[in-house]
Amino acid sequence: MSKQQALPISISGLTKVYGDIFALNDVALEVQSGEFLTLLGPSGSGKTTLLMALAGFTRPDYGSIRFGDDEIISMPPHKRGVGMVFQNYALFPHMTVAANVGYPLKLRKTSKAETEKLVAEALETVQLDGYGERRISQLSGGQKQRVALARAIVFSPRILLMDEPLSALDKNLREHMQIELRHLHEKLGMTTVYVTHDQREALTMSDRIAVINHGRLMQLDAPRTIYERPANRFIAEFIGESTFLQVERDGDRVSFSGSELKTGALPAAGELSLVIRPERLSVLDGPAPEDTNVFSGTVREMVYQGDTVLAYVTLADGTDLTVRAGTRSGEPIEKASVGDKVELGLKSADAVLIPREEG
Amino acid sequence: MTELSIGSDSRANESTFLKQSRREEWALLGLASPAILTVLIVMVLPVGWLFYLSFLADDGSFSLEHYNRMLESKAYGRIFMTTFEVSFITTGLCILIGYPLAYFLSQLSSRMAALCMLTVLLPFWTSLLVRTYAWLVLLQRKGLINSWGIDLGLWDEPLKLVHNLNGTLIGMVHIMLPFLVLPLYGSMKAISADYLKASSNLGAGPTQTFWNIFFPLSLPGLFAGALIVFVLCLGFFVTPAVLGGGKVIMVSMQITSNIELFFNWGAASALGVVLLVITLAILLAASRLLKLDNVLGGGH
Repeated sequence: MSKQQALPISISGLTKVYGDIFALNDVALEVQSGEFLTLLGPSGSGKTTLLMALAGFTRPDYGSIRFGDDEIISMPPHKRGVGMVFQNYALFPHMTVAANVGYPLKLRKTSKAETEKLVAEALETVQLDGYGERRISQLSGGQKQRVALARAIVFSPRILLMDEPLSALDKNLREHMQIELRHLHEKLGMTTVYVTHDQREALTMSDRIAVINHGRLMQLDAPRTIYERPANRFIAEFIGESTFLQVERDGDRVSFSGSELKTGALPAAGELSLVIRPERLSVLDGPAPEDTNVFSGTVREMVYQGDTVLAYVTLADGTDLTVRAGTRSGEPIEKASVGDKVELGLKSADAVLIPREEG
Repeated sequence: MTELSIGSDSRANESTFLKQSRREEWALLGLASPAILTVLIVMVLPVGWLFYLSFLADDGSFSLEHYNRMLESKAYGRIFMTTFEVSFITTGLCILIGYPLAYFLSQLSSRMAALCMLTVLLPFWTSLLVRTYAWLVLLQRKGLINSWGIDLGLWDEPLKLVHNLNGTLIGMVHIMLPFLVLPLYGSMKAISADYLKASSNLGAGPTQTFWNIFFPLSLPGLFAGALIVFVLCLGFFVTPAVLGGGKVIMVSMQITSNIELFFNWGAASALGVVLLVITLAILLAASRLLKLDNVLGGGH
């Protein structure tokens, strides 16, 4: 499994209609070679349909998919040569671990000695050396996941697809595997398309995230950009927590409740909403710093969560804001209690504006 | 932290719980007792009685004469051979016809599958005797098939379709088919489509995926169905008796004639015992040889 020449994927105009619902609606997407790209969206958003179209299990109504320079839209799955990790692993129950991992090699008529060598290497890569003779039923969930991964990479595919591969694992193992998959990707360098509905997983693992909803590509950007500069209300709501304030726009100036806001760049013309992330707000215990917007309100409720504490603050106009802060001793939020008047600060760089949508 | 201990205090109500669980066990036994009694009366006692009878000579003394006769007489050997031959061929034909049928059903939408399954089950619900005589009507010298075949010029002389092995096999296969198709269909439906997708993704064409993945995973159902068919065939009576025309003598028919013609319960019993022992031996060997749990991967 030496580092292979990875292939870029080029998708354009991809459309799939089920009944009168667009599972994919004119999706265009370039995955660069060697990139780790995550398709993120709620269930039913079309992300799995897109992955299945890449693997060849869903036949789109129209559009184009190219691996490198080759159009593969009508190529049957078994000729596409992409590795895939299924959500429930899909390990063959009547074969041993080694037979499962060796299966793609057997189909490629690899010699016995070479197969043994490659299977051993693949199992070593996923840290399961010596598990070859085990039966699938003897493995734990995490081990099955690794075997599925070994089987998907053993034939050095130039593209690797993963369909929510970690969703069946418990939280600790999942977080561990996220890092491991990331390292594996760096080592093997395959172009990877990863499907998840877990925003944190997407943020943790990806080079870029493609947010998908209602069969449409909503935004394609690096994780930090997706989180800090969401393109629209759906993305701001789906990824992380957000409160939306309706702000008034007057040319290049934006104000809320009569006071002007210090913000970053403004989107093109149109009505705007201010996106406020709870952890980007802070309780002020002194004069506000230079580039900080200030909101005054009353603490309605406090929720202690161990590592963080939440304060629900009602502003003068009745809007509710949520503040999240760490529980390090001496934090200003620690002194607040229900009924207190507080001032909340939001730095201008954290004041994100998006086009206003009703919702 | 409170310390966990089993002191005298924590034994409160112990005897009450003990009494309750015992009462539950007796209640369950009570519910099962009609079935247990029935099995005892209609199965264990008669089989035991048969076993006893098979060791009695005609004058009532203990002897092995019935078993000796079976060993010495070539007729008996032939009857057992016929029985196994018919059962074996019937099972084989059922597999050949039933596997594609079950596969077809398993690929349909559940609604279509239910509809098509009805065509398998409808004859299954019809009386065995009716179906057997229906075949007689169809297959005999001047039956529908022969008269149509001759009228259409497909063949000149009436084909010998019945009163021989052919007729027996046609009838048996028809009657046994559902016993094979039902368990096989069940095990095919249980094969996750993801296995087939994974195989295809890893580079296997449809034929390779079928033989490498689908077929091995359907084997438990196939074995179960084939075993049921084979064992049922061994003791089958009506169909070979009617469609075999006296040329296909199976063990069950010899048992009948021993009782009805010769009033020889001992000989009939001995035949029954031997058939039972052989059937059990086959079941045992099959479960050993095929390692059914192994095929299933030790359960999912």
